[in-house]
Amino acid sequence: MSLIASNLSLKPEEQYHLDDICFEMSQGQIYTIIGRTLSGKTTLLKTIAGLIAPDSGGLVLDGNDFGSIPVWKREVAMVYQQFINYPHLTVYENVAFPLKQRGTQKAEIHNRVMNALSQVGLEGFQSRKIQALSGGQQQRVALARSLVKEAKILLLDEPLVNLDYKLREQLREEFKSIFNTKASADSILIYSSTDPVEAMQLGGQILVMDEGRILQQASSKEVYENPNSTKVSQITNDPAMNLFEGMVGEGKIILSPEIQFDSPKHFKGLPEGTYTFGLRAVAITLGEIGFPFAIELSEISGSETFLHLKHNEINLVGLLDSVQSFSIGEKVTVKFDISHLYAFSTDGSLKSSPYGGLM
Amino acid sequence: MRLFYITSKYLAVTLWSVFVIAPFLWAISTSFKDFQSVTGGATYIPWVDFEPTLDGWQSLFKSPARGGVDIVEPFLNSVFVTAAGSLVSIILGTLAAYALSRYTFKAGPIRNGDITFFFISQRIMPPVVLAIPFFIMLGKLGLLDTLLGLVLVYVVLLMPIAVWIMVDFFNKVPQEIDETALIDGCNPFQAFYKVVLPNSIPGIIVAGMFCMIFGWTDFFFAFILTFTEVQLLPVAIVALNSSITPWWSLSAAALVSVAPLVVVAFIVERYLSKGNLSGALK
Repeated sequence: MSLIASNLSLKPEEQYHLDDICFEMSQGQIYTIIGRTLSGKTTLLKTIAGLIAPDSGGLVLDGNDFGSIPVWKREVAMVYQQFINYPHLTVYENVAFPLKQRGTQKAEIHNRVMNALSQVGLEGFQSRKIQALSGGQQQRVALARSLVKEAKILLLDEPLVNLDYKLREQLREEFKSIFNTKASADSILIYSSTDPVEAMQLGGQILVMDEGRILQQASSKEVYENPNSTKVSQITNDPAMNLFEGMVGEGKIILSPEIQFDSPKHFKGLPEGTYTFGLRAVAITLGEIGFPFAIELSEISGSETFLHLKHNEINLVGLLDSVQSFSIGEKVTVKFDISHLYAFSTDGSLKSSPYGGLM
Repeated sequence: MRLFYITSKYLAVTLWSVFVIAPFLWAISTSFKDFQSVTGGATYIPWVDFEPTLDGWQSLFKSPARGGVDIVEPFLNSVFVTAAGSLVSIILGTLAAYALSRYTFKAGPIRNGDITFFFISQRIMPPVVLAIPFFIMLGKLGLLDTLLGLVLVYVVLLMPIAVWIMVDFFNKVPQEIDETALIDGCNPFQAFYKVVLPNSIPGIIVAGMFCMIFGWTDFFFAFILTFTEVQLLPVAIVALNSSITPWWSLSAAALVSVAPLVVVAFIVERYLSKGNLSGALK
């Protein structure tokens, strides 16, 4: 089974919500659409669900025109970022709802509902009212309702975004295990998120979206190792990859008169000229030998410290794997792990990566 | 300071309660009086100030020929006109409001908000502006002085209230609920009546309450558009006010006219407090 989107476009007013979207998705895979807010993720999911009609382009499922099927007849299920359930129904009735709509036999409904509730860890909750559940439990009900349908396409629109941190971590693990079973069975699972960590943890294929366009579609490993543009590098990293202008010349990289260093091995063959360099926060730390920067801000996050650093026009975020305090304006020596340095052309496309060398 | 605050609060509540309840107590007291008790100076407490009698209440069920005021027929007419007008208004108003809340309408510069305003603008106009057109139209249709004519007029008057309240209510019901219902296999009409409607009952009750109150208490159109065949309760009550007003009958009739609204308010208040919508979108 495969879902093919060809040239999907939607431009309700002046801006594109979807701009020439093309992809092919296969059964048994998890696809994560990652993008910032208003990048078109929800619009794309709703278009696949049939809730939004594109201006042009088409969707084909298993060789059949999928776009012309009305939403209520499509083999899709969807979980929203808000915890959408039917408040006038009990947990059991909520989960049974799509099956009743299909006219499924009572006994089968019962088996499938109980099975779905067990999958999401809500055994014993079937007679509860939705209002009596916590946010996490409500989202589990929504997930159970989408699983019980056994739809060919399961759409999840940032399902964890409205949960608190702890619950999000917990549900992410549980969801991953459910999704792996579900996806490996008979479904195409499409998950949207703004969180790069979530996207990477889910694994599978990643579609990076921005301003209604797909910027890159590849495995999570490939997107992490070789982001094909500066935009992708920003969207798929948290904190965003540090980008700074510099020159390549005579085997050196020159960022400023004080910051010059030898080109890393993977830059071999890179033509001399001006580039945008990229370095993840994790590759920027403090050291005895390095470059002079001033601390603009330090943020303690769990057991780590994020440092916002400035040198002339160069602003960077570095990461220390310990909790340390700094005063604003404090002078520090910053060390770059240049074996993880990326080079992008000035128009933003990837030219050299630590994992793939020259592009 | 705290004592002053509490005292002021209770004093204000007590004064307000007296202000609200006093007319009812006065009407109840008067409804048990007779000609002598009413005209013989101010009397307040039954069996102390005056001897209570059921004459006022009994007169409501006697024909004018037998010295009564007979409000049974006007009462039933009012029940029918208010119930039918409110029911039709709520059905049509709810459907219109759902469409205005969920679908985008464009006709030149006119948008959904303008259409909603058009509905409510019917209520902004002074009733007297509508009276003559209604009179002429019902006359042409042969519906003057008929229950059907009044029901039609009340639908025109009450539907804007229903649309106004329900548009606001549906706007607060997350659209994702409808979308989820569609994805779960409902066609648009099923999504409306199986999911949106059950979750909109508090809104429908509020709209229904307003329609009933407006319909039940209307005097102006009931007076203008009826003559001899059909009479509604407010007109019948006002008709009692003559050179020799039977205040005991008038008070009893006024209490009868208020009673249905009080009963409905008590029933509805309990239901509204359940807050059925909470949990739709946490």
